Amino acid sequence: MAPPITRHKVRDLDVRMMRAGAGAPLLFLHSAGGLPVWTPFFDKLAAQYDVIIPEHPGFGDTATPDWIRNIGDMAMYYLDFLDGLGIGKVHLVGHSLGGWTAAELATRNCTQILDLTLIAPAGLRVKGAPSGDNFIWSAEESVRNMFHNQKIAEAILAMTPSDEDNDRALANRFMAARLGWEPRWLNPALARWLHRISVPTQVIWGANDKLLPSVYADAWKAGVPDVRVEIIPECGHAVTADKGDACAATILSFLARS
Amino acid sequence: MHFTGFTLMPYRPLDMEARHKERSAWVVLPNSLYDPVKGADEYESHISLLTRAEDLGFDAIAVNEHHQTAYGIMPAPNLIASALIQRTKRVKIAVLGRALPLTNNPLFIAEEMAMLDNMSRGRMIAGFVRGIGTEYHSTGTNPVFSHERFHEAHDLIVQAWTRSGPFEFEGEHYNFKYVNCWPRPYQQPRPPIWIPSQGSSETVKWAADPSRKYQFLVTFSSTELVTRYLTAYRNQCTEFGYECSGDQLGWAVPVYVADTDEKAKEEAGKAIETLFGDYLPNPWEMLLPPGYTSMSSMKQTMKLRSSLGKVRPTADMLIASGTALIGSAKTVRQKISEMVDRTGVNSLVTMLQFGTLSDELTKRNMDMFASEVMPHFKK
Repeated sequence: MAPPITRHKVRDLDVRMMRAGAGAPLLFLHSAGGLPVWTPFFDKLAAQYDVIIPEHPGFGDTATPDWIRNIGDMAMYYLDFLDGLGIGKVHLVGHSLGGWTAAELATRNCTQILDLTLIAPAGLRVKGAPSGDNFIWSAEESVRNMFHNQKIAEAILAMTPSDEDNDRALANRFMAARLGWEPRWLNPALARWLHRISVPTQVIWGANDKLLPSVYADAWKAGVPDVRVEIIPECGHAVTADKGDACAATILSFLARS
Repeated sequence: MHFTGFTLMPYRPLDMEARHKERSAWVVLPNSLYDPVKGADEYESHISLLTRAEDLGFDAIAVNEHHQTAYGIMPAPNLIASALIQRTKRVKIAVLGRALPLTNNPLFIAEEMAMLDNMSRGRMIAGFVRGIGTEYHSTGTNPVFSHERFHEAHDLIVQAWTRSGPFEFEGEHYNFKYVNCWPRPYQQPRPPIWIPSQGSSETVKWAADPSRKYQFLVTFSSTELVTRYLTAYRNQCTEFGYECSGDQLGWAVPVYVADTDEKAKEEAGKAIETLFGDYLPNPWEMLLPPGYTSMSSMKQTMKLRSSLGKVRPTADMLIASGTALIGSAKTVRQKISEMVDRTGVNSLVTMLQFGTLSDELTKRNMDMFASEVMPHFKK
């Protein structure tokens, strides 16, 4: 069951958060799709960890501060966020845009993180393997292209979103464009600084990702010093929903490694 | 009244069946559908048609900028303007307009316009736009920063024309240690500036500002909306504490004149339907990339569009709404007179070639308009 929304303040920004479970803190940075629906995937993490999922600035109901204009600002913002939360070192997990943000944070400062889990992260590319264009896809394509399991896509398409849902989706789209439109879902400088990620890192990818091809995992493997890569078969970009059980198990076994 | 002859320079030989296999005539339409031999003829035709307008007594002729589309094959309108300068002597030449946010160096826009103004001995009119949403897909420019970039590039260009250089420009998107525009514009302090718009309230306020007083040119809108936007601009001037001149008000509209209303519709009906049904339509993901408009206006537009559905507009609909002026000379005169009476508009930008309209019909249209409509509004 989804935990109630709590609040956290970073500078002048009032941030919405979901928080559930007990144990070592696990900070989950969501994708460009916005604050995720609480699925069994999150229950599995919350059974062992204190799971914290903040809504990114500009997403959903959280305001867009004018001091966040690019992914570098996002990384610095989450360093502020962790300082303010005062919960010590966290397991940092990020999906897609959230994975990119987590990696940018880690190249700047690893003192507040125990380890890094990147699920189909944006931020790097492999030339010759173009990413999909989620900004030009129709609403239906955008849903279908996220999942290998089309039954999930069909269930989502069968739902009628409320006006509130539509407003949040539009806010998500605006902030996603601000951070990822150009260059599309990447920071050319990031690849030059991956060696600064000094914590154990796991990269998880869906083998059938239509947004960011799974071959991009090679770029992370080449640059991050202590990294292992897990490719989940029959899985699209929305890894935590498409193959929630496998994704949770992969994360939990990595976090329990020591 | 000030009359401008204008064409979008559509690629008329477009294979419409192939076009409708794609979601748009923009961004994704394969350029294999462009035939360079036919295309070369198109350039010659459109340039000749525009040049003809000088002999017919038009005050100005106009070109504009669009990228990666069959809708208009003028990604570099200054090249056409340069050709027009060589083929004309008297007529003003308007570039309506350059899409400022799409470029990473607005100084090139300042320099090129200054060159054209010298080459034409002061016949240029400058227009500034943001480009349409699709062009943020085809140029990669981040639509979220479209407004910021527009305003900054505008400030830079106007300063480059009017301040003595070299000076330093300190912006967020544009930074230059040395701004020193050689040549300076021929017209001093600068060429006139027109702002083509679809009526956003931010643009109205910005263009009407006493420091600017730019001509506000409403494009592609129904009689009702043209009236509303021009009135909004006039009211904004009053709010700023000055009276709006008719020369600050412009209306850009497709026009076709023939002997009778029926004949006009028969000759131009299909062509106007191709403009609005084949060349122009875009899915909203392409037309309204995130941030291109404010969130509130995007919500309004999306609601409007979903309620309208995806109806292909017919010539009758376009004529009835006043989006296109198609009819006898008497009918067209009357519609223009009514708009003048309602709004005081004094600049009419006539699109006398549109969609697939042939050279032959365009010439007849231009002749009729020049001989039977224009004189009525010239004192």
